[in-house]
Amino acid sequence: MHMADALISPAVGGTMWAATAGLIAYSSRKVKQELDDRKVPLMGVLGAFIFAAQMINFTIPGTGSSGHLGGGMILAILLGPHAAFLTMASILTVQALFFADGGLLALGCNIFNLGFFPCFVAYPLIFKRLVEGRDGQGRIFAGSLAAAIVGLQLGAFGVVLETLFSGVSELPFGTFVLMMQPIHLAIGIVEGLVTAAVVGFVWKARPELVTAAASPAAGRGSLRTVLVALGIVAVLTGGALSWFASANPDGLEWAMFKTSGSEALARPEKGVHASLEKIQEKTAFMPDYGLKTEGGDAQAETEAHSPWPAVSPGTSLAGLVGGILTLLLAGLIGFGLKRRANHTK
Amino acid sequence: MTPPPGGARRMFKIDQNLFDIGRMDTLATGGTPLHRLDPRAKLITTLAFIVAVVSFDKYTLSALIPFFVFPLVMIAGGGLPFAYLLRKVLVVAPFALFVGAFNPLLDREILFRLGGLGISGGWVSYLSILIRFGLTVTAALTLIALTGFNTVCLGLEKLAVPRPFVIQLLFLYRYIFVLTDEAARLVRARSLRVFEASGLGFKPFVSMVGHLLLRTLDRAQRVHLAMRCRGFEGQMPVLRPTHFGLPEVRHIALWVPLFVLMRVYNLPIKLGLWITGFFA
Repeated sequence: MHMADALISPAVGGTMWAATAGLIAYSSRKVKQELDDRKVPLMGVLGAFIFAAQMINFTIPGTGSSGHLGGGMILAILLGPHAAFLTMASILTVQALFFADGGLLALGCNIFNLGFFPCFVAYPLIFKRLVEGRDGQGRIFAGSLAAAIVGLQLGAFGVVLETLFSGVSELPFGTFVLMMQPIHLAIGIVEGLVTAAVVGFVWKARPELVTAAASPAAGRGSLRTVLVALGIVAVLTGGALSWFASANPDGLEWAMFKTSGSEALARPEKGVHASLEKIQEKTAFMPDYGLKTEGGDAQAETEAHSPWPAVSPGTSLAGLVGGILTLLLAGLIGFGLKRRANHTK
Repeated sequence: MTPPPGGARRMFKIDQNLFDIGRMDTLATGGTPLHRLDPRAKLITTLAFIVAVVSFDKYTLSALIPFFVFPLVMIAGGGLPFAYLLRKVLVVAPFALFVGAFNPLLDREILFRLGGLGISGGWVSYLSILIRFGLTVTAALTLIALTGFNTVCLGLEKLAVPRPFVIQLLFLYRYIFVLTDEAARLVRARSLRVFEASGLGFKPFVSMVGHLLLRTLDRAQRVHLAMRCRGFEGQMPVLRPTHFGLPEVRHIALWVPLFVLMRVYNLPIKLGLWITGFFA
């Protein structure tokens, strides 16, 4: 459930970057304050463990698909929220850079969805509440399971909201939510079971590792600070980015206008109707709309009907020709440089 | 010949992944002027590029095309293998492809016509998503292939990213290889002993991951002791000393204004109008 650069607008990407940067700075300061230098290698090595563990898959009975360990919750349990957030952020950064999972602009969204929700919401509000003080196999199992599921649900909802506000995808809010949440409920249950089982395994072998994280002292009161910090970040970026959004009607405001309008929601229900109508329309007007006939009436009519005023057959032909030529040109420049690079080698 | 059992296939995938990370780092050891640039310059231009690309209206097609010049020049100038990077881009496409695929179904407004064929807004915006995807992903991949991960981290630190986070990135990157090796050994040992049984059940899976985790925690302890012995002060040495000088300024001064120019003016349309103007 990685967001991709292609689906987000700069306003959304920038806001999430700012929020994530704030959280990273905050968590870094917290980790530094703890002055526990054992955590430095522990975080790094556990991050690598998450990578490695994702290469071990188990078969989900009866489905033919496979599951593996998810990251955020187990890190939060073993490291506490701040260190876990930094570790999750580093994992996603490596994924974005090497496997192009997501992308650089979407990195803020991804870190927020997969790091903030499990570490700063699900862990303190669910896992700690359930486990605090009264640890035992059953409680640890229930706590990890519930926290992992909730964390992933919130993350999936984050993806929906970010996609919606970006306005690049046409998916209406209702459809997207109904698609994302159940899928991620299933994934979350599997991930939660795995997390709970692995945490249980570690608890049996080395109980001090798990109970240390669940002790009342660890991460107490962190949520309020985080929420206050987030509020400040949100206001600041909102102010800083609003000039951008208003200079560009295709930014945030446009997306909000678009999604709040009811027509986007109504359209899919009569999809077949609409498309049949379109086919009819098309076959009827075909001779008039041909490329060669540039009759003034037809032209005017297209422009009046078109939702995007700049488009007329003439410019779209020009765009096509120009686009192909530019691509060729870019390719030629690249090719020329390659030849030169080979020569100088 | 029987097909390889699931275990062997999975093992192949693990080795492939490791090989992939390793290959990107090998590419980064090249000695072209682009490789030698200070990481900050490359980070800034890449980010400017991505922001420019995604800031377009969702129906934009032609104006996006000139942006291909940036990744192409980076690939050519850095002597990077084009086919390999292209394959990587194609492998990682799923989410954008999937979500974008709904656009043609939901946005059926006809935007323009080519001949008798009506092109709906949904298809245009889907194509636009795919182009953006290609552009942003190749830009990120060329950044890492030209710079290398450790150097990117150094650049991040110099751009005021908090030190604990940078150290975390470096540590993570250092131990990915070690631990994926270890995971691969576990999987290999198991698949050699189970013959044709391909799937891994839940219980043995938990025990494998749990043991890997315990080993990891022990390793972290050893690493910590070793660090203490050597007086680690939170500084990772990098081979290539960095310096922000004239070439870096030139790199930024060449590319960033070009991105702005390509963002503001639709060059292909201008070129196309000029050319079709001859035949009109």
